[in-house]
Amino acid sequence: MQQSQVLQTPPTSEIKPEPVREGMELVVNGKRFRHTGDEALPLLWYLRDVLRLTGAKYGCDEGECGFCTVLVDGKAAQACRLTVGKLANKHVTTVEGLSKPDGSLHPLQQAWIDEDAVLCGYCQPGQLMAAADLLARKPDPSDADIDRIGTLCRCGSYPRVRKAIKRAAKAMRDAG
Amino acid sequence: MTDTLWLSRRRFLKVMAGTAGALVVGIGSARADAPPVPLVLLGDTWSQVGPYLRVDADGRIFIGARDPDNGEGTATSLPRLIAEELDADWTRVVVMPLGLGVEDGNGEPRWLYGRQRSGQGDSIPTAWTDMRQAGALARSMLLQAAAQRLGVAAGQLRVENGTVIAPDGRRVTYGQLAEAASQLPVPDTVPRVKTPDRFHLIGQPVGDVDAHAVVTGKLIYAIDAADGDTMVAVLSRCPYPGGTLDTVDTGDTLKVKGVLQVIQLQPEAGQGLGMTALAPAVAVLAEDTWSALEGRKKLKLSWKPGSHPIPTLSDLEKQAQVSFDSPDALVTVLRDDGDAVGLLKKKGARRIDATYVQPWIAHAVAEPLSCTVRVDPDTSAVVTTASQAPRDAYTIVQRMTGLRASQIRIDVPRGGGAFGRRLLHDHLAEAMIIAMAEKPEPLRNRTIKVMWTRDEDLAHDAWRAPTIHRMSATIDQRKGITGWVQNMASPNRDLPAPARPWMSELVQDALPAGLVSNFRSNWYALDTPVPRGEWRGTPHLSHAFASESFIDEIANALKANPLDVRLRLLGEPRQLPYRGPGGPTVDTGRLVNVLRQVADRIGWQRWLHSETGLGLACYYVNGGYVAHAIEVVNKGNGQIDVIRAVCAVDVGQPVNPLGLEAQVMGGTFDALSTAMNLSITFRDGQVQQKNFHDYPIANAAQMPNDVEVIIVPSNAAPAGASVLAMPTAAPALANAVFRATAVRVRRLPLLREVARLS
Repeated sequence: MQQSQVLQTPPTSEIKPEPVREGMELVVNGKRFRHTGDEALPLLWYLRDVLRLTGAKYGCDEGECGFCTVLVDGKAAQACRLTVGKLANKHVTTVEGLSKPDGSLHPLQQAWIDEDAVLCGYCQPGQLMAAADLLARKPDPSDADIDRIGTLCRCGSYPRVRKAIKRAAKAMRDAG
Repeated sequence: MTDTLWLSRRRFLKVMAGTAGALVVGIGSARADAPPVPLVLLGDTWSQVGPYLRVDADGRIFIGARDPDNGEGTATSLPRLIAEELDADWTRVVVMPLGLGVEDGNGEPRWLYGRQRSGQGDSIPTAWTDMRQAGALARSMLLQAAAQRLGVAAGQLRVENGTVIAPDGRRVTYGQLAEAASQLPVPDTVPRVKTPDRFHLIGQPVGDVDAHAVVTGKLIYAIDAADGDTMVAVLSRCPYPGGTLDTVDTGDTLKVKGVLQVIQLQPEAGQGLGMTALAPAVAVLAEDTWSALEGRKKLKLSWKPGSHPIPTLSDLEKQAQVSFDSPDALVTVLRDDGDAVGLLKKKGARRIDATYVQPWIAHAVAEPLSCTVRVDPDTSAVVTTASQAPRDAYTIVQRMTGLRASQIRIDVPRGGGAFGRRLLHDHLAEAMIIAMAEKPEPLRNRTIKVMWTRDEDLAHDAWRAPTIHRMSATIDQRKGITGWVQNMASPNRDLPAPARPWMSELVQDALPAGLVSNFRSNWYALDTPVPRGEWRGTPHLSHAFASESFIDEIANALKANPLDVRLRLLGEPRQLPYRGPGGPTVDTGRLVNVLRQVADRIGWQRWLHSETGLGLACYYVNGGYVAHAIEVVNKGNGQIDVIRAVCAVDVGQPVNPLGLEAQVMGGTFDALSTAMNLSITFRDGQVQQKNFHDYPIANAAQMPNDVEVIIVPSNAAPAGASVLAMPTAAPALANAVFRATAVRVRRLPLLREVARLS
């Protein structure tokens, strides 16, 4: 039988500190990523070009249109207005992370389908994320609450988006 | 794309050429001497969807969506037409977008799937006459196979949701029949399509086929397309229409991390609008979008204006006034019935005049323009771009590479809005110029994606052109409108060439032509080098705003109810001759009907005494009838709140009422938003608008909570709906604003004008 070697703790003088890891970490849709590039990189392009998560859409680069809305620690934010460097250890959720890991839809996504709220569809990921933020704050939103979202829809699907938000809100309240 | 696929497509199309007539226009010559071939489409051996449909052994039905869908809903409604005739189970239908269908035809492209063009309002009308036949043919062959299998005459079988049922109750599914059907000879005659009483899908509401992919973020738009090898190009374009690059310093740009190369672009000489770049440009090619954007910021460029000065809208107004007043001005007379001009000059005639001015409008598509190309000049070109006219995309690629049809692939994903902008392919031409430009070895043949930014999108467009309408009418308290003269001025399409009448813009029979016995319509060309394009039913929009506003002004002068004036003008239901899309006739009865519907819904009897303002308008566009009733509240200080919008449409048979309602709702909002707030203006030869802060597309808060859409039931052949709601919303709004504020808006955008005149 082979004698197993007993590992001795080395003397303190020989312990080297772990090298400092480059970059910073953030969590996107529940997965942890390390970014070692330029910290001034806008989150929108980090998501789209680095992680290839293209759900957040480019629309204006000025925070005007809302097409790139994502959740940062649960609150709506325009991905074009945030740099990756500001997001260390933050949790970012994009439309790809809105449904459950098993693929079942978020009540908002289901309501969007039920109300046929998609026309061209390009703004809809942003609309959905802004609505997710709203419903987290206001489980029974008024028309004025919905109006304050302000995300543009070039096709003019506003009435259906409004109905879908209310439908999802009711479904979420009913589910407790 | 495999050879098998090409072969199969050819075969399929050959069959269809012999049997389905219009489905395969242009293919007939390919098969003139070819022997009949089995309808392999119905087999289970294909790895890709055929031109229109394929039935799999497992019962799934794949239907190809041939026309580009940029939010018009054709990817849902066109496949529904096939599924209807097939008696398919819609839940088993998988819709696949078709790329451009083209093959070599002795050096000329041969188009496999028809026009594949969207934006003319004719996707559904065309499909109505050919796609239903494709479904009917497949159904008849499946029924024949079922008849053999079950030993029952085909005429005794019925189909329910993709299952064939014999009189004794035995059942066999399409999936089980697919292979046998594929071995059958093609019938000699095209089976008849269904009568409306047998529809089970057409006329029933259905959600968009792409909705799930959209709401989960999985739908890949052209702007999302990329492979691991993709370089991104962002361009700085000459801000002066017709201008040139003067000096360029790229030193700082090339120092930006990730920037690979800077390339200068020139529009190719002799190419038409949208077939090459719109403007000279400097492209920054980088490893990713942000590096390209950062690199563009560091460019030091100076641009020179072109030789032709860029008139402002007020300059064009002066041009128009001079033309209207000058007997020597070059005029195109579009229609001249009776003696309208003579009536105007008659002593003692009671006349009314008004001039309406409408500005340049940008397309501002939601998804900024982009194009991804992978080109090996010797072997292949693969293009991904949203397009309303992918044949033009092909033409550009073919011209620039010299490749054969089989070496060129044009993929057309769902587009994020189009509105006429994607009829042009300047962004594709830019990508191709960059792809063909000299590059250092490691960059050669890598995928290139041209990305437009919003500022460039507003500044570089073929805008909806401005129009100036001077309207004059003679009126009589007893007889109503006795004469009507309209002078319209708009930019000459052919500049700097001499003015040439552009009939597609001028719609010589647009109402009230044919309704007023003394009627004259003139067109004058304006001189500006600013490119002009199609924008959601271009000619109808500007004409309807002028004519439907003017009718209200006439009603006001007559102290008459604007509804009564319109009804009297439209008269008894009858067919009037109508040249242009939607012709050869227009039915005044159907127009009266939509007008009455919106008047009833809004409660028009309140029109004179309501504290709110009510406005009406009706119009005929591309075969569809539309009317709006709008209700507004005057909030004071030039603020207007639109509280109700009612729209009635008669498009004939609605294919998908839910999709139709969406088009009408969206069109109403776009028309209202545009009329209220939007204009592109030029100053010092450049576009002034930079982004949504100064080109403010309306958000939900600025729009009424709903559009009340009334769809007139009908079995008439369907018309397109994507621009249907555009022409009448703005004049109905202006008419409502007049009732609420006593301010008559003759110049758009409306809110600015209300504030100015209040």
